[in-house]
Amino acid sequence: MGGALEVELRQQTPIPLDCAFDCAPGELLALVGPSGSGKTTVLRCIAGLHSATEGSIRCGGANWFGTGVSLPPQQRRVGFVFQNYSLLPHLSAFDNVMMALGDVSPASRAETARHWLARVHLDGLDGRRPAQLSGGQQQRVALARALARAAGGPAALAGGVLLMDEPFSAVDQVTRRKLRAELARLRQELAIPIVLVTHDLDEARQLADRMVVLHRGKALQTGSPEDVLLRPCSPAVARLVGLTNLFQGTLIEGDGKTCLEWAGCRLTIADFPSGAAGWAPGEQVNWVIPPEGVLLHRPDHPSRGEAENPVTGTIIEALRMGSFTQLTLSIPGEAQPLAFQASSHTIQRNKLGPGQTASVTLLAERIHLMPKE
Amino acid sequence: MDWTALSLSLQLALLTTLLLLPAAVLVARPLAWTVFPGKGLVDALVVLPLLLPPTVLGFYLLGVFAPQGVLGSAWLALTGRSLVFSFDGLLAASLLVNIPFAVQPVQRAFEAIPREAREAAWCCGLSNWQTLWRVELPLAWPGLASAMVLTFVHTLGEFGVVLMVGGNLDGATRTLSIAIYDRVQAFDDSGAARMSLLLVLIAFAAVASLHFFTRKVGRRGN
Repeated sequence: MGGALEVELRQQTPIPLDCAFDCAPGELLALVGPSGSGKTTVLRCIAGLHSATEGSIRCGGANWFGTGVSLPPQQRRVGFVFQNYSLLPHLSAFDNVMMALGDVSPASRAETARHWLARVHLDGLDGRRPAQLSGGQQQRVALARALARAAGGPAALAGGVLLMDEPFSAVDQVTRRKLRAELARLRQELAIPIVLVTHDLDEARQLADRMVVLHRGKALQTGSPEDVLLRPCSPAVARLVGLTNLFQGTLIEGDGKTCLEWAGCRLTIADFPSGAAGWAPGEQVNWVIPPEGVLLHRPDHPSRGEAENPVTGTIIEALRMGSFTQLTLSIPGEAQPLAFQASSHTIQRNKLGPGQTASVTLLAERIHLMPKE
Repeated sequence: MDWTALSLSLQLALLTTLLLLPAAVLVARPLAWTVFPGKGLVDALVVLPLLLPPTVLGFYLLGVFAPQGVLGSAWLALTGRSLVFSFDGLLAASLLVNIPFAVQPVQRAFEAIPREAREAAWCCGLSNWQTLWRVELPLAWPGLASAMVLTFVHTLGEFGVVLMVGGNLDGATRTLSIAIYDRVQAFDDSGAARMSLLLVLIAFAAVASLHFFTRKVGRRGN
């Protein structure tokens, strides 16, 4: 009964779209990207609230959109959690969920509604109107309503697709953490594709099996959160996922293996990503290293060549942010600074500050190469 | 007290309200949600009866309602009845005059319904018709109630157009407001005072009950 969601969309206006992805039953796919990247429009296309110029949308083998077909939202089994929840203010929590159960036999409708409200821990609050519920509780009602529509009765945890548009953006941080954990728990039992739109990379990392990075409507990379966040396929994706240590270098032959020459240093590379690039010596490349891949050397134990990929530079800024200090290092021969973190305790003990020299290790296994942009 | 005039006024007000409200929903809904070329023009036409002097409106209506007029001849052919100096004509004039009172509040109410509320209903599987009944009309209820009360009370008190189109025929076109004018002309001040007081009381009761009901709805909604 359950089936994968396959989406392919192309349009020029009102905002450009050019993306294709699929989502298996039980999988949670996150669409991430800056605002205006088309995430919400993609979701609205799947729900049938917007029609792209061309493309196709299939769910469980059924044709929802494409080849002259465009089913209205009512004929797509879509549970939609809107960004502002869109609960109906004149109906109780129970009636809001009941509204989504038109397909369920009238005899079991009330029982099903209660089932979903219980699943989101709202038993006892059935009779309350949205205005009498907290933001987090409203979010749960919206989730229960969407699940009731997408997954139908309690016996059939399969059928449609669950779409969520920034579902946690309107609640406070404590509630957000709690709701995220609940969604992570709940989704284990759901055998339907789940598509989550978010601009929060942490949220995507915590919840998603795979993520699609959207930029101006184009899917730039699809992969596991770890892949996308640590091994972006292009400098554009690296920038979108917030990797600021993005540099250019040249591959060179050294000691019988390919190394990276950058800012006068020869860096060892642990891993050459597979793909179109040949990674041949002489090739210009972009590379990126996450802040966690940069380790500060102890000033009282200067490296004597034994450390991995040692690099020395001048501290431009040491910004204390709680127990960690955000350091920016200027490397001779490189215009862009290198950013990393160290424990505030270490910085304080060694009296490190702007203008002082510091040396760091660039972990070979964290250096990620990309084709030159 | 002219009981015939009172009964006629109430009938006219009730019929006008009942006929105009569904029409107002039909007109106001697309005006609230869609943008089309000439929308400003339609909006202006809807408000126009509010701004024209009743005698001007009455004068034109008399022209089209006359047996040789566009509407008058059609109505005569259809029903064999006249549209001038008849209750039919009074009702037709009343429907036209009250368009702004019925359409405007309903339009504002539909405009206030967020698009997402309707989209949520569609995503829950509700058809357009079900969405109208179960989502839009309950949410637009305060606007519908205002339209109802405004139309009813305004029809009860309408004078100029009614006199122009309907004249002053006992039992057919003499409404309460015309009966009051009649009494004053006949130096029957106490009769006029009684009927005037009654109109004041009805208008006050209608507006007060509107506030009472919409406040209750407001509490329910928030």
